[in-house]
Formats: sequence, structure tokens, C-alpha cells
Amino acid sequence: MSIQVEHIHKTFGQFVALDQVSVNFPDGALTALLGPSGCGKTTLLRVIAGLETADSGRVILDGEDASSTHVRQRQVGFVFQHYALFRHLTVFENVAFGLRVRPRRTRPKEAEIRLRVHRLLDLVQLDPLANRFPTQLSGGQRQRVALARALAVEPKVLLLDEPFGALDAQVRKELRRWLRRLHDELHITSLFVTHDQEEALEVADRVVLMHRGRVEQVGTPTEVYEHPASPFVYGFLGAVNTFHGRIDGTHLRVGEATLPHDGDAIHQGADAVGFTRPHELEIVTDLATPHGIEVILDRILTFGASARVELDSLPDADGRGEPTHYEVILPREKVDALGLVEGQRVRLVPSRIHVFPNQTA
Amino acid sequence: MAAVAGVLHARVDARRYETNAATREAPWVRRLILGAALSFFVLFLLMPLLAVFAEALRKGWFTYVTALTDPDALSAIYLTLLVAAIAVPLNLVFGVVAAWTIAKFEFRGKRFLTTLIDLPFSVSPVIAGLIFVLLFGAQGWFGDWLFEHDIKIIFAVPGLVLATVFVTFPFVARELIPLMEAQGREEEEAAVVLGANGWQIFWRVTLPNIKWGLLYGVILCNARAMGEFGAVSVVSGHIRGQTNTLPLHVEILYNEYNFAAAFAVASLLALLAMVTLGLKSVIEWKANQGVTATD
Repeated sequence: MSIQVEHIHKTFGQFVALDQVSVNFPDGALTALLGPSGCGKTTLLRVIAGLETADSGRVILDGEDASSTHVRQRQVGFVFQHYALFRHLTVFENVAFGLRVRPRRTRPKEAEIRLRVHRLLDLVQLDPLANRFPTQLSGGQRQRVALARALAVEPKVLLLDEPFGALDAQVRKELRRWLRRLHDELHITSLFVTHDQEEALEVADRVVLMHRGRVEQVGTPTEVYEHPASPFVYGFLGAVNTFHGRIDGTHLRVGEATLPHDGDAIHQGADAVGFTRPHELEIVTDLATPHGIEVILDRILTFGASARVELDSLPDADGRGEPTHYEVILPREKVDALGLVEGQRVRLVPSRIHVFPNQTA
Repeated sequence: MAAVAGVLHARVDARRYETNAATREAPWVRRLILGAALSFFVLFLLMPLLAVFAEALRKGWFTYVTALTDPDALSAIYLTLLVAAIAVPLNLVFGVVAAWTIAKFEFRGKRFLTTLIDLPFSVSPVIAGLIFVLLFGAQGWFGDWLFEHDIKIIFAVPGLVLATVFVTFPFVARELIPLMEAQGREEEEAAVVLGANGWQIFWRVTLPNIKWGLLYGVILCNARAMGEFGAVSVVSGHIRGQTNTLPLHVEILYNEYNFAAAFAVASLLALLAMVTLGLKSVIEWKANQGVTATD
């Protein structure tokens, strides 16, 4: 089932949680709603579920306007961050709940309920624990029960609110892979909310990036990572280095230095900010190189396969007072080959730099 | 049941505190503190309780049974049970509704309502009784109207029920509000997404989650309803065999220097107190099992 939201607006008192949000969620895809806390992603999910009513705008489920239908009628499966399992019921009864509360006409027979619940518990690999109570399970197991419970009512869409938020890193990683596999098996239209960009990029088919109640960008993980549509997206999707300067032809002029940029349509001479990822910067020890910006090497951190080098701009290099901080990631051998030492002066040459007009100027 | 939930943690903490050499007090300090607490307990709680039964049985079982089977005493027992049987269910329903409203919804004046619920605790029971006399008494606000329609509230059973409901108003709500606030709305939301209607949510999700707290509140409410003296005394009129509840009956017998009978009836109330305490302990124990399971 496809989901469309059109011009959804929602305020809590003075706070604008959703500001005219319109997005399409195609049928059968696994979409991540990604953004920092307070960006409105959970509110959007709850509006789609019907747990929250928008001030204005429409929610269209499967081509039909569902804005005024009750949660009960929307046929959505919802998974809560803190599981919200019924603590007085066993795992089995938790999963069976949605079937047992149906009106008698549509309620399956007891044998049918048993069969379906056990099949679902098999699917989430928890059938042996059917008679346990939620408190006797680990966090990861509880979330899987919550998922089975949501699936029991055969929802048209599955909505997951920070499903792995309350779990520790190890379990989280495992459940992520597991959710992806499950989605590949069931092909149910799914939306999950997360503030973890790695989680969104790894698991989802599509990512919807939200910021301050607005949608910043929609795209595949590769699209949003490689071609961020705004400075916010650039900064949110991973570590980034910024260069404040002025557009000068095909170069960004930062103080005395010139850096080639990938040339989007920005006015000649306009104030601009260049963005580049830590692995897109090269360290050159020969200070006579014409391109690049001269910096002081502050710290070299070597653990794992790659080394992280932290550098600072020369005092007052770009006329902004405080030194700008840069971060470069490169293979360890490269650090040894260059013979880098802390305190050394080097040049930073970006292999790729993306510029946006400077909003703050 | 916040109180109930706290008990277990307190017990675990106390044990750890006591077995830890670093925090253990010197033996004489422990003995002194324990001794002080115990003598206080014996002097002010145990002795009066024993005295009630000793006095009640001083003139033998025959007098005891006679005092309890006296028609006035039987009528007082019946009236007390009747008042409790009306007041407790009323406050059970009210308490659940009030706690539900306060814990699960946001609205203007919520804090005011929470404070208002505590009013009967902070007002002297005698004042509570007087309020009803002023409202429904012969010279009260609704006195004329009630007289015209031949409805008797003051010096009659309805007055006793009203006064009792007022005084025992907060017990159930007070017990449930913190419990329901702590549990939040998520389970109810999960239930509604799964297709449950309001009625099903209440019976299948909300009630099972609050049942021990609710029972605890009901038992305290009942104990107070049966034992209430002040408010009931004002509205009762002390008509023997008609508007006398057990506590009032005790007072009348005592004022007539009929000590054996007074203590015999009082022993019933004392028994009620002990049963209440017993039930309370069982419920705390049961609820703690729930807590251990939910931790």
C-alpha cells in the first residue's frame, strides 16, 4: 500500500512540529525518516498512523483519503520505541491480542489464532519463548515480539518508531540486518524513524531527511549521501569539513587559498560555504603546491585500518578569528609514507568540494 | 501503588545497607534504635489493641456476644456495611475515572483538579459533615426544597453515605494517579492500533495493569468508610437503631458507662483493621511479585 502525505501541518502550542510536509512513500519500499531529535519525524509517523491528528493536510493511504479515519480502521502496524508490550500478557497472548479484539464476525477461530501466532513467532524466531512474559525477555527479543504483534493483524503498512533506539549497539546492528531481511521476505510498505544516519543509509531503500518540521531531501541512500541537497543534509549524513569563502570563477577563495569546486550555479563573487568529506581531502607536505589551503597538523589518531588526522587553519587565515577545525581520513600507510608529525605545516587539497551559498552572511 | 512498588526496593536496599560493613552501625546503636522503635510500637499500638480485646472480654464471652447481638448493635453493623457498600463502589468508579483523566489526558486545570482531590484529606471530617448539614439540613441551602419533596438527607442514611463518600474520596484516585502516570499511554496506544475499542482497552490493558493498586486503594477506602466517625457523627443525629454506625454506637455505649459493650463493638472495628492490614500485606506481596517480574 502506498502512502502519501499532503501539506501536513501540525503545531504543539507555539512549536511547529510539521510545516506543510508533503511526501510520497511508494508501495513495498522500506523508507527511513531521518533527522535530529525534534525534527518532526516521529510526529509525522504518528500522524500517518492516526495516533496524532494533523492541524491541516491529508494522509492518503492506497489512493484514498484516510485523514478522518480512526486509527483502528487504518490497518497499520505500529512498533514503539519502548516496545509497549502488554506486561501482563505472555508473548503468545501479546501477539494474539490484535486477533482477539476483533468483532466476533471477523475474529478467527481459536485454532486459527494459534496457528497464526505460532507462525509469526517462528518468523521472529521466538516460538520457544511463547509462554514467557515480556519482562523475562531481552530488549532485542521484546522488540521482535512487538514486531510480530504488529504483523499479526496483517497490516497494509508497518510503521516503526525508533525501533532500535533503546537497544545496545551490538543488538542494534543485528536487528537492523534482520529487519532488512524480513522486509525483503514480506515486501510490506514500511516506514521507520531514526536519528542514526548510519542505520538509515544501511537499512532503507529510500531516505527522507527532515529538519525543523520540513523535508530537506528525499532519495536513495547513495543519492542523499553523494549529493546532499542542503548544508544541513551534508552535515547530518556524516563528518564534514567546511570552508567559508567567496566564489571566484571555478574556485572557492578562502583567504589567500584557492580551492576548486564542482561548480553549481552560484553567483560570481558570492559568499559561499564549501563542504567536503574527510576522505575527500588530501594532505600535501610540499607547501609550494599552488592549490589547497595551508594548515597546521594538530593530532594524528591511528587505530583500525585508517588514520584520522586533525588539523587547524592558520591563525586568522579566513578572517573569522577562531581557527577552523578540519578532519581528514586516510589509510595508515599514507600517514607513514608522508612522514607526518604533529605541529607540522601542510596543505589540504580537496579532491571534491561542494559549495552552497552562505546563508548566514 | 507507587508506595507498593517502593517497598521492594527499600527492602533490597536495607539488606545491602545492613550487611555492608562500611555502612553498618555499632551494635549498641542498633540496639538503641531498635529498642526505641519497639517500645513505641508496644506502648502506642500493641497495648491499646490488646486493651480493646481484654476489656471486651473482661465480663466473659456471654456479655461479649450479648453486646454484639443487641438489636441496636446489629442495626449499627448493618448500617455500617450498607454505607460502605454504597460509598466504596462509588469511590472506586470515581477514583478510576479521575485517575484516568488526570494520568492519560492533558487539559487546562489539571493541577487544580489534582489538588481538589486531596481536599477531603486536608479538611477536618467534622467540617466535612457540617458542609452537608449546611447544604441539605432543614436550614440549609436546599433544605426547603428537600422538605417540600419529602426527601430526608441529614439525620438519615443518604447523609451518612454522602459524608462517607466525601471523606473517602481520595483513597482510590490517590493510589492510581502515580501508578497510571508511571505507566504512560503507550500500551493503550498499542492496543488501539491493533484495533481494540475503548471498552476492550480498559478491560484488557488498563485494568490488568492497575488491578493491585486499585485493590489496595479500595481496601483502604473501605477501612476508612467503616471506621469514619467525625463527618458521620455530624450528619447522623445519633438515632439508635436507625442512623447509628458502629463507631457512633461505640461512643454512645461508652458515654453510658457500658464499657464492656462499648469495647465489644470496638473489637469488631479492631478486627476490621487487622483484616485490612492482612489484606494490605498480601496485596503488597502480590504486587511486588509483579514488580520483580517487570524489572
